[in-house]
Amino acid sequence: MKKPKNKLVVPSVSNRSFYGDGIPGVKPEELAGKLIVVEGADGSGRSTQIASLVEWLEITGHATVQVGLKRSTLVSEELERAQNGNILSRTTLSLFYATDFADQLENVILPSLKAGFVVLADRYIYTLMARDMVRGMDIAWLKNLYGVALKPDAVFYLAIEPNDLVQRNLAKTATLDYWESGMDLGLSRDLFDSFIEYQTLMRLAFRKLQKSYGFTIVDGNRPVDEVNAELRTKIEAVLVGK
Amino acid sequence: MKTFAQLGFPGRLIAVEGLDGSGKSTQIYLLKRWLEAEGVKVYFSEWNSSELVKSATSKGKKRELLSPTTFSLIHATDFADRYERHLLPLLRAGYVVLCDRYVFTAYARDVVRGCPPAWVRGIYDFAARPDLTFFFKADLEVSLNRILDGRPKLKFFEAGMDLRLSTDPYESFRIFQGRILDQYLAMSTEFGFVTIDANQRVETQQATVRQLVNHRVDFDQFRRNSPLPLPPPIKRNGNNAGKSKPVEEVEEDSAA
Repeated sequence: MKKPKNKLVVPSVSNRSFYGDGIPGVKPEELAGKLIVVEGADGSGRSTQIASLVEWLEITGHATVQVGLKRSTLVSEELERAQNGNILSRTTLSLFYATDFADQLENVILPSLKAGFVVLADRYIYTLMARDMVRGMDIAWLKNLYGVALKPDAVFYLAIEPNDLVQRNLAKTATLDYWESGMDLGLSRDLFDSFIEYQTLMRLAFRKLQKSYGFTIVDGNRPVDEVNAELRTKIEAVLVGK
Repeated sequence: MKTFAQLGFPGRLIAVEGLDGSGKSTQIYLLKRWLEAEGVKVYFSEWNSSELVKSATSKGKKRELLSPTTFSLIHATDFADRYERHLLPLLRAGYVVLCDRYVFTAYARDVVRGCPPAWVRGIYDFAARPDLTFFFKADLEVSLNRILDGRPKLKFFEAGMDLRLSTDPYESFRIFQGRILDQYLAMSTEFGFVTIDANQRVETQQATVRQLVNHRVDFDQFRRNSPLPLPPPIKRNGNNAGKSKPVEEVEEDSAA
């Protein structure tokens, strides 16, 4: 009879810091857990990958917590409502999202890390910054704003060609999302054209951000298992502190 | 930080700042009445009054969900909404905009709450400087007494209870207001505040305010031509830049 594997990996202690001044009163060295971010457009397979990572992490003995955008107690409802009416101008929308992010950072991410959890973030500040950059917001302004954010242990960007994204989104929902198509920008009145154009701009913005924030670009145009295997290998390395 | 006049806006923005109980709201109200009577196109905007953000802010306050960071960000969101949707278009249209509190309130309060000054100022740097900022400076005791004499029920954040300065809301309010006053005084010169002695009679203060406004603002440039209700209706579909583009051009673009 095969003995069950019971040797668990105790994660190394991270060398933590915030991007800027961080959150008043929070000591980064007390945050023992790991923060793993998965970025990518809708239809890039983020949720599937995260679900599979949670499964794997829990089986290997790690406690996990998931966070995402627009999930804060404080403003998620109001943000949703405002977005449905499409009545917010760009600075307002940007700050509203930043409020949502900061609320989750303070109430979920930081306490969970303090308690030693592996926090899986379904998108982080980079999506928010890229969206705002495409809408003409100043990058220095955004960097200052998100100086509150904690530097993650790893950031994976699932890169997919806009043409493949279209196929995936249509196969899933038979339509393209208004915001994921950047229809508020007036790039084109045609949803399809706007989607392609917007996602191309988003990719460029991510490239720009990658230069200063240095995240790992993962080729998302592969079978789910193959992408997941790559993520697991890289996360294992993060857990042991490589 | 440039003023609206320096940026070439036809409109002018006048802001009032000061502690709770300094009488600034009374003064700006009287200024508004006067300008209206003079036939000036005037619009009044109050801190923390954006319809959109209000429900989130009041939930956050009631349930004490706000940290210094989210307190700061949600007020910045509120300000940005008013700024982009009301203030900017009105100033483009040549209005005199009166603001009961402006970014300086955030500079003072958020910093007292522990947010880094450079971070707070960075967030608000999309906003231009008022053409005239009145700072109503009353003795701390006078402002405190105006608020506290009625033994009102002070709200949690209003009293600065989140700072854990004291378990007594009245004592907490006193310390909190004192620190905000220090912040105001420290930035007064930097931003060219016009300081009004708020210990004086209402009429004396208003006379000074009106004299200064009259000196800085040429009323003839801001007169209302038609008795339109204020503020003018705002078109929701105005941001579609491609709307007036000729059809041929659009097609050419997408074919390329």
